[in-house]
Amino acid sequence: MAYSDKVVDHYEHPRNVGTLPKEDPNVGTGLVGAPECGDVMRLQMKINPETQVIEEAKFKTFGCGSAIASSSLATEWVKGKTVAEALAISNTDIVRELSLPPVKIHCSVLAEDAIKAAIADWKKKKETSTTAATATTVGD
Amino acid sequence: MAIKLPIYMDYHATTPVDPRVVETMLPYFHEKFGNAASRNHSFGWTAEEAVENARAQIARLINATPKEIIFTSGATESNNLALKGAAEMYREKGNHIITQVTEHKAVLDTCKRLEKYGYEVTYLPVAKDGRIDLDDLRRAITAKTILITIMYANNEIGVVQPIQEIGKIAKEKGILFHTDGVQAAGKIPVDVQKDNLDMISLTAHKIYGPKGCGALYVRRRNPRVQLSAQIDGGGHERGMRSGTLNVPGIVGFGKAAELCQNEMAEESTRLRGLRERLKDTIFAKLDEVYINGSMTHRLPHNINISFAFVEGESLLMGINDVAVSSGSACTSATLEPSYVLKALGVGEDLAHTSIRFGLGRFNTQEEVDYVTSRVIEVVQRLRELSPLYEMAKEGIDLSKMNWGASAGH
Repeated sequence: MAYSDKVVDHYEHPRNVGTLPKEDPNVGTGLVGAPECGDVMRLQMKINPETQVIEEAKFKTFGCGSAIASSSLATEWVKGKTVAEALAISNTDIVRELSLPPVKIHCSVLAEDAIKAAIADWKKKKETSTTAATATTVGD
Repeated sequence: MAIKLPIYMDYHATTPVDPRVVETMLPYFHEKFGNAASRNHSFGWTAEEAVENARAQIARLINATPKEIIFTSGATESNNLALKGAAEMYREKGNHIITQVTEHKAVLDTCKRLEKYGYEVTYLPVAKDGRIDLDDLRRAITAKTILITIMYANNEIGVVQPIQEIGKIAKEKGILFHTDGVQAAGKIPVDVQKDNLDMISLTAHKIYGPKGCGALYVRRRNPRVQLSAQIDGGGHERGMRSGTLNVPGIVGFGKAAELCQNEMAEESTRLRGLRERLKDTIFAKLDEVYINGSMTHRLPHNINISFAFVEGESLLMGINDVAVSSGSACTSATLEPSYVLKALGVGEDLAHTSIRFGLGRFNTQEEVDYVTSRVIEVVQRLRELSPLYEMAKEGIDLSKMNWGASAGH
């Protein structure tokens, strides 16, 4: 199977590899896939609560070259976008950008899921911290 | 010495034709092109003589007699002929066949076909080391059992089955014993007498001969095995396999067998040394690596390793100047990881990370060292990228994680 130049480029020079502090209330973590399926992606974003802008994005991926490239591309794309803009990224955009063959479409789906999961995690954290804050106020 | 890239280390898939074999074959394309079945002129006689010479060379490799060698188009056909031919011939005697789960598809799919025709097939499980349990085999035998077919050595993990013991059991019970011998013959000693084999499938292209040329050994005495032909025609090969013989291919097959026989002792020692060197270096430099299958009962030129937390296809992509293969789902058309590794009880997570190294005649120590260092380098790089490696290092038990439903597959 031949890989597209863009997949090879992301595989050889993955962007934004790393880990953000999970406990940071402004960091959302999305962990999707399963080792048994041969793909696990972890996408993390640091989101400014005021502006809703994604200031930082990091990933780590266990998976084939296309899975690595899809998640690397996702971090590149979400950086600087607002949460709403990031949620609008669809797997088909990734397929097109990386020229993924049909058998690798699930890699792009996983990357889209990872973006959504990271944002959902961040939203959940925000709600809990708001509830916690309110509770504290009431307690006072 | 500069290394020539890419490096081929996938000798279980196929082998290059040895130049000495090519040399032997050449006259049989143009100059000595006769049909071995032409009885009326010297062109035919010359071809027939060459075929009979090759038949003897192949017979010697497995301690058979030349008349017991039936030429085919390859081991897939040999397996089909052995199983279907025996099933059909001995239908009156019974309808039960015993095989095991890590067989090549040429055996498994033939068995499935026979099941459709009303035969019953028992698929023996294998232990963690990849070998069948002889007690399982004994228990599986019934009054209806006509054939046991168990491969000599596995193509993915190189595990050698207890062939002599299986042969003994089959002989005691009066059941025919066939083995798919493509990975073993020419590489380790195979002896149809000592091993009590009634049939063994062989192919030229795994032993440095040409593709498209195989053979089936069919025992003629004690017992005399009979097969129903699966291809009808001119009644070639004692009526068991019609079709004009591939004379150049057969000549090459014969020469390849002779070379293997003469060089086996030296070659297997050399390859075992290289294999150990590769394995030891990898194990010294990397943690969380696992060997799939028995190390004791294994072909000397095979090693199959799981590199935990690194998906196999991504590893292959990183070592793209080296030809090896992976049990990862992503490298197969079915998106299923290796059924052989699954049968061993290797978790699907580890099956996805497996690489098969198949060493062979033309590999050098320089090549092994190059491949080893490339593998180590790429595994380290990909582990830096792997969330699973990071989690495992943090002490998270990945098997206890709830991975939930994902959009993957």
